[in-house]
Parts: sequence; C-alpha cells; structure tokens
Amino acid sequence: MIRLDETPLPGVGVRHDFDGRFGKRVGVITHRDGRREIFVARRDDPDACAQSIVLSEEEAEAVADLLGGSTITRHVSKLTQDIEGLAMDWVPVSGLSPYAGHALGDTMMRTRTGASIVAVMREAQAIPAPGPDFPLQAGDTVVVVGTPNGVVRAARLLGGGE
Amino acid sequence: MPLAELFLELGAVILALAFVGRAAGRLGITPIPLYLIAGIGLGAFFQLGDAPEEFIHIGAEIGAVLLLFTLGLEYTSAELRDNLKANRSVGVLDLALNFTPGLLAGLVLGFSPLAAALLGGVTYLSSSGIASKVLSDLGRLGNRETPVILAVCVLEDVAMAVYLPVMAALLIGGTLAAVGVNLAVALAAFSLAFFLALKYGHVLSRVIHVQSNEGLLLSVFGLVLVVAGLADMLKVSAAIGAFLVGIALSGEVADRARHLIEPLRDLFAAVFFVFFGLQLDLGTLPGVLLPAVVLAVVTSLTKFYTGWYGAARAGVQTRGRVRAGATLIPRGEFSILIAGLGLGLAPTLGPLAAAYVLITAIVGPVLARFDAQIAPLLDRRMRLAGVPAAVVPTEVAPRPPLAETREPRTD
Repeated sequence: MIRLDETPLPGVGVRHDFDGRFGKRVGVITHRDGRREIFVARRDDPDACAQSIVLSEEEAEAVADLLGGSTITRHVSKLTQDIEGLAMDWVPVSGLSPYAGHALGDTMMRTRTGASIVAVMREAQAIPAPGPDFPLQAGDTVVVVGTPNGVVRAARLLGGGE
Repeated sequence: MPLAELFLELGAVILALAFVGRAAGRLGITPIPLYLIAGIGLGAFFQLGDAPEEFIHIGAEIGAVLLLFTLGLEYTSAELRDNLKANRSVGVLDLALNFTPGLLAGLVLGFSPLAAALLGGVTYLSSSGIASKVLSDLGRLGNRETPVILAVCVLEDVAMAVYLPVMAALLIGGTLAAVGVNLAVALAAFSLAFFLALKYGHVLSRVIHVQSNEGLLLSVFGLVLVVAGLADMLKVSAAIGAFLVGIALSGEVADRARHLIEPLRDLFAAVFFVFFGLQLDLGTLPGVLLPAVVLAVVTSLTKFYTGWYGAARAGVQTRGRVRAGATLIPRGEFSILIAGLGLGLAPTLGPLAAAYVLITAIVGPVLARFDAQIAPLLDRRMRLAGVPAAVVPTEVAPRPPLAETREPRTD
C-alpha cells in the first residue's frame, strides 16, 4: 500500500503526494475549482516540481479512466482464463461500423461467428439479453460471449471487417 | 460638457493603466508598482477635472473594500483555524522580524508613533497576491515549501484583520479615554463579527445562494458594501467589514462569488493604486529613496529568514528554503492600503511605501528564480560557520551529485 500524504494548500486546494518507487515524489493537486494538477518532483531537488500538468475536471476523469482501465482489463483476462475455453469481450460500435443504426438481428452474429451477444451497454446503462430487432447505435458497447476465436471474429464483424 | 470630460479623462486613465499592465505582464512583474507610478505621473503632469477625480476617489474606496473582501474569500474559516494552530511559531517570528524594522525606521525618520506603527504594518505584510501568482505561474504549487509560504500569508491576513481595526480606532484620536472606548468598541465589534462569521457563515452562504450569476453578483456586492458601511459607522474600518463577509461566505457560493467579483476587484483595485499615486508628490520621491532602499534590504533579509525558517521546519532543503524566503519578500496591495491610512500623519509615509513596494515587488520574484545559484552559496557559508548544512529529515533521500542528474529546467 502506498503511503499517501495529504497537505491542505490554503486558498488553492489539497495536495496528495507520495514517494514513487523510481525515486521521485509524485502527486496530484486538486484545485478548488475542480482542476487537477499532476506533478513530479525533480531528482536533484526533491522539494521542487520538475514538471506539472494541469487538467480540467473532464480531462482528469479521462486520465483516471485510462489509469484505472488497465486494472479492469487485467480482471477480464483473468476471468477468461478461469473458465477454460470461454471468452468474453466488450466490443464498441463506432460510427464506422456497418451495423450502427441496424437491428441486432442483421448482424447474424451467432450464425457467422458462433459468439452470442449477451448485453448492450448504452450510456452507462446495461440492456441485458436484447432481442433480434433491438436497434444498435453508434457509441453502444456490445458484450459478446463465445470461444476466444469467435469473440475476435465478432469484434471484426461489428467493426466492419467480415 | 461634464459628461464628455468625465468619460474622456476616465477612459484615458484606464487605457493608460491597461498599457502599463501589459508592460508589466511582458516584463513578468506585478503591475501594482507600475499603477502607483502611473498615478504619480498623472498627478504631476495632468490636472483631472472634478468629476473624474471624484469617481477615482470613490472607486479607490470600493477597491480597498473589494481587495479585502476577496482576501477573506480566498481562505475558508477551517483553513484559518488550522493554520493558527499549526504554524503559530512561524507567524510570531514573522511578526517580530518584519514589523519591528518598519516601526524602528519610522521612529528614526521622525514619524509620530502612530505613523511608525503604520510603517511597521507596511513592512510586515507580504503580498499574498504576488506570492500566489508567482507560485502558480512558475508551476510551484506542488513544491514542498509551498504550504509554508501559504501558511505565512494566511497568518498575516489574520494579523491584519486585528491590526486594521486597532489602527482605525487609534487614528480617530481624541483624549486617551475616547481612544480607549473606540478601541474597545472596535475590538468587541470585530471579535463578535469574526465569531459569527466563523460559526454561522454557512447560514449566510445558504441565504445568499441564487442560481443566476447576476442575482448573486448583486447580492454579494450589495452585502459587502452594506457591511463595510456598518463597520465604518462602528469605526472598525470598512475594509475589515468586507474581509469578514469574505470569510463568512463558503462553499459553492464563495467559489462563484470569487469568479464574479474578480473583474470588479481588478478594475477598482487598479483605480485604488492610481488614487494612491495621485495623492503623492513627485518631488518627495528622491528624498525617500535612500530610506526605502535601506528598509527594503533589511526587511528583505528578515522576510527571507522567515520563509527559510518555516521551510526548514517543514524539512525542506536549502534550495526550497531559498525559494520560500524569496517568494515572501514582495510587499504589495496591503502595504499600500495601510500606508494610505496615514497619508495625513506623515507626508513621507506615502512615497516611502510606494518606493519600498516597488523595490521589494521586483527583487523577490527575481531572487526566487535563482534558487539553484543562491542555495550552494548559502550551504557553503553555513558549513564555514559550522552550522550543520541542512537538517534533512530521514525520509528525504540525500541529494545525489548534481552533475549526473541535472534535468532541463522547466521553470
């Protein structure tokens, strides 16, 4: 567990920092207006910042997602290993997908790839077990279960490759 | 055509300020001393009409009130309380080291004790505006010494909140008994208001909260002026009334009020500095230059030591201590505010304060940039003097050799 120091900065916000394993102090300043500032200390002068990046509240959320996202992927890959021969994937439907705007049945997913669509995620909401006439939209994420090979083919199908 | 005259002259003054403000931005220094100079030049070479002059006078009063209001908004009551507890020793050292030189200098220059006490206030208060601007512009908010710098600013603001009403009561003068009564009333009113602001601020914030920005701006601005007026009636000093309103507001209302009032504050504060400059006589400046330089040198050293000591207490190494000391050197808006109280008491107080602020406001930020050059010199001096170079706390790794790990300077 990393020991995180919290220091109030009067008039500015709060600073959280820790001594990174690579020998530099790393931290985040949360400004009172919601901006986040990531900084890393200089090696020759551990009291000073070598570089700092200011992120808007939205950007900070995106970065947090990216950093946290890798742990989710790791969980998922562990899950697929646990159940031998079964794979599961989240496939995004981009605006370029040939099936954006079409009914789910049009993909003929099971016939073509052997993988099944078990749910569609739309705007942070899960729609479980959608019927064949369920209309897909650009921006949806389709949850696919099948053989590892089938899942890859399903992703290619939705992306427009097959 | 009085309206034409009013607009033409005011517009010209404000455009002149815009011009010096941009020049200051180009040079990377704070515009405050340049506003003062603009005011002095304006007074020396031009004769403003009555209407613009009156507007500038009233604008200056509003500027002083808004400066203190936004200062109060800057810190939450919890931050004030925590800092009073945690950093008391730095605060006391700061007060002793930096108030005394001004006070003594005032007495040496033949000021009345009251004017000397005002000069003490001028040398005591670091400019929190300049400090926070330097910190954010140079990307130093994450530095280890930064909380110390901010803490000193917070404590000075608390000290000023007590100092201003006391001085206001003393300035009214009169018999000893009358002064005593004024003082007691001022302090009682201030303590009561301070207590109420800390305790019931959130209630006020809830009452004043409205969705529309316009509604909030008007309610906040109106409230500030009303409380400032009441405070002035009680002889507590209008600016302190505004400061207390700032402290009382908290949470989302405070955040929004800060954004809404900021443009108003910038405008009227600039007018305030011009007005201060207008009251000064160009001819008196050369005479105060030497005392101003001496005072600036002495109090730069004492302020530097204050920051140094505070940073050392927080376990910061030499370079960070240099930065902390240098960042606190600039005096600014509040020194001018205090000097403005005593313009009638001692004719040289105004020009002295203006020259002094000018020097410290330029020296401090420049010194803070050369921490890498200054720190080794100080380290060597300390080693020669037999002082252990740095009281490095155990969790801080010893500094590796400079040559191998030097990174490109980003600041």
